[in-house]
Amino acid sequence: MSIPLSFGRISLYLLLGLFCIYYLLPLYVMVANSLKPLDEITSGGMMALPSDWTLAPWRSAWSEAQVGVEATGLRPYFTNSLVMVVPAVMITTLMGALNGYVLTKWRFRGDTLIFGLILFGCFIPFQIVLIPMARTLGLLGLSGTVPGLVFVHVIYGISFSTLYFRNYYAAFPTELVRAAEIDGAGFFTIFRRILLPNSGPIAVVCVIWLFTNIWNDFLFGASFSDFDSQPMTVALNNLVQSSTGVKEYNVHFAGAIMAALPTLFVYVVAGRFFVRGLMTGSVKG
Amino acid sequence: MGFLDIDNVTKSYGSVQVLNSTQIEVEEGEFLVLVGPSGCGKSTLLNMIAGLEKVSDGEIRINGTRVNEVRPADRNIAMVFQSYALYPNMTVRGNISFGMEMHGVPKPEREAKIAEVAELLQITHLLDRKPGQLSGGQRQRVAMGRALTRYPDVFLFDEPLSNLDAKLRVDMRTEIKKLHQKLGTTIVYVTHDQIEALTLSTRIAVMFGGDVQQLGTPQEIYDNPANMFVAGFMGSPAMNLLPARLLRQDGVMCAGLKLADGSEVLLPFPRAEGLDRYAGREIVLGIRPEAMTDPEGADRDSPALAQVDLPVDVVEPAGSDTFVTVSLGGRDAIGRFRAHTQARAGHPARFAFDMAKAVAFDPKTEARLA
Repeated sequence: MSIPLSFGRISLYLLLGLFCIYYLLPLYVMVANSLKPLDEITSGGMMALPSDWTLAPWRSAWSEAQVGVEATGLRPYFTNSLVMVVPAVMITTLMGALNGYVLTKWRFRGDTLIFGLILFGCFIPFQIVLIPMARTLGLLGLSGTVPGLVFVHVIYGISFSTLYFRNYYAAFPTELVRAAEIDGAGFFTIFRRILLPNSGPIAVVCVIWLFTNIWNDFLFGASFSDFDSQPMTVALNNLVQSSTGVKEYNVHFAGAIMAALPTLFVYVVAGRFFVRGLMTGSVKG
Repeated sequence: MGFLDIDNVTKSYGSVQVLNSTQIEVEEGEFLVLVGPSGCGKSTLLNMIAGLEKVSDGEIRINGTRVNEVRPADRNIAMVFQSYALYPNMTVRGNISFGMEMHGVPKPEREAKIAEVAELLQITHLLDRKPGQLSGGQRQRVAMGRALTRYPDVFLFDEPLSNLDAKLRVDMRTEIKKLHQKLGTTIVYVTHDQIEALTLSTRIAVMFGGDVQQLGTPQEIYDNPANMFVAGFMGSPAMNLLPARLLRQDGVMCAGLKLADGSEVLLPFPRAEGLDRYAGREIVLGIRPEAMTDPEGADRDSPALAQVDLPVDVVEPAGSDTFVTVSLGGRDAIGRFRAHTQARAGHPARFAFDMAKAVAFDPKTEARLA
């Protein structure tokens, strides 16, 4: 079937094309400028393609740039972020699943109240907890460490992951749990063998949500980390804001792209499950 | 004392009592069907036997042992759920073996048992499929297979056939009956379908409003329903429940039924002989459609056959039978005629009432009088 190219349709495509360019322009600027020498940018050619292609800014941002006291590049901070995000996401997802399981399949008196209180956590602004959290981390001996950051993100993430899993499991047939009970499975066996293997879609939703939020978090990273435990976002800020010497825009662009790549990667890999996951949760719930 | 004792068991949620004190003794090898409309407490009772719901009061004993506090897994029961409750992430093999695995049965023994059960239910070729790839009837078989892997004291079925289409339901019904005859295990089976109850059971408990209305063999329940609820619930088409007057005429007890034109037809009603105290009073006459038929189709051995000409309102051919509707006592009464009856709507037809099969109810208490 072919649609005749009427005036209206041509202008529609034109408009859509314009929006595409509009939204892709920042990405273009970042990529193009991260691949050219600094003097090409400072001479006013920010929109032009590099005339002298180079990977030097990427190398510099990754391993040579002055971020903290030493010229380490962003590499150690990238590692910090990974070491923070992966356990935080895993722990939060698992605990959310466990909470959802208990709140839907092992109902007890006051469970809705508890769920309400957990939900309440979704609406607490980050800034409010900064000082009490700093005190708590201090008491736990976790201040300024990566495990401390993991702890903070787990606490903040549990509200969301519990919400996701509770709503997903609410639509999960309770008869399966009853059948497993009669088959002789206990609390954790049912969770591990019956519930978890059937939680794929919602787990993907949860992981994407948590990964993006935790990776991109700046406030907690800036507040609760030390020089050696700073996550990527804070390091990027330090790289860009450093007041010594010339502003190396090409290195900054390369660093910013590096900071954005992991979330982009997660979206591309899990993105199609993301949409599917949202659908499964909503249609049945 | 029976094999499965339900001893004065009640169930209440807060202040709402959903099952009133219930007493049923099930003998070993019996097939007990709990039947009733939704909300009658039958599934609650089954779940309490399974241990999935707590008993509010009373005691459940299996093989003489009190099981009120025993975990479902340790009661030695097996249950088939309405939705089959197959684990979607496991293959058929995994589903069948899960229970044995949980009970610590060693792998070679599990494999042997799976093969045996699969053979019995003809699902050997399905063992490596996931439940999502099976049809409704196949899922049903797998669900039964899962229950069969252990040698349970009691099988519990929770409306196992209600998700199947009509034809498959009849087939599976026969299979379940065969299975019971082969294994001889005690079965408690919940359904809202009175045909399933009549065909499968050795005994039926008809439930309504949290009470067992009647407990008896299918024949007892069908022929002598304890009250008007049981009479109306069991049998299809339902028993005709017709307002009538009891009177003694020429020394014979009769039921008088009003016709549409205001006249009254008198049917001799020998079963009511002992009911002199009700003479002259209103009763409800219960008569099954097959006891109200054409003279040629009537049971000639019946001791109390009464023939009357009545004006026919509606004639409904149904293949094997023809249902003929007349107005009796102000209600539509359905008679079951032979397929090639001459009865035509708007014309009188001759009815043969088998009054030996008719029963009488008290219109106020709804209990059976005779």
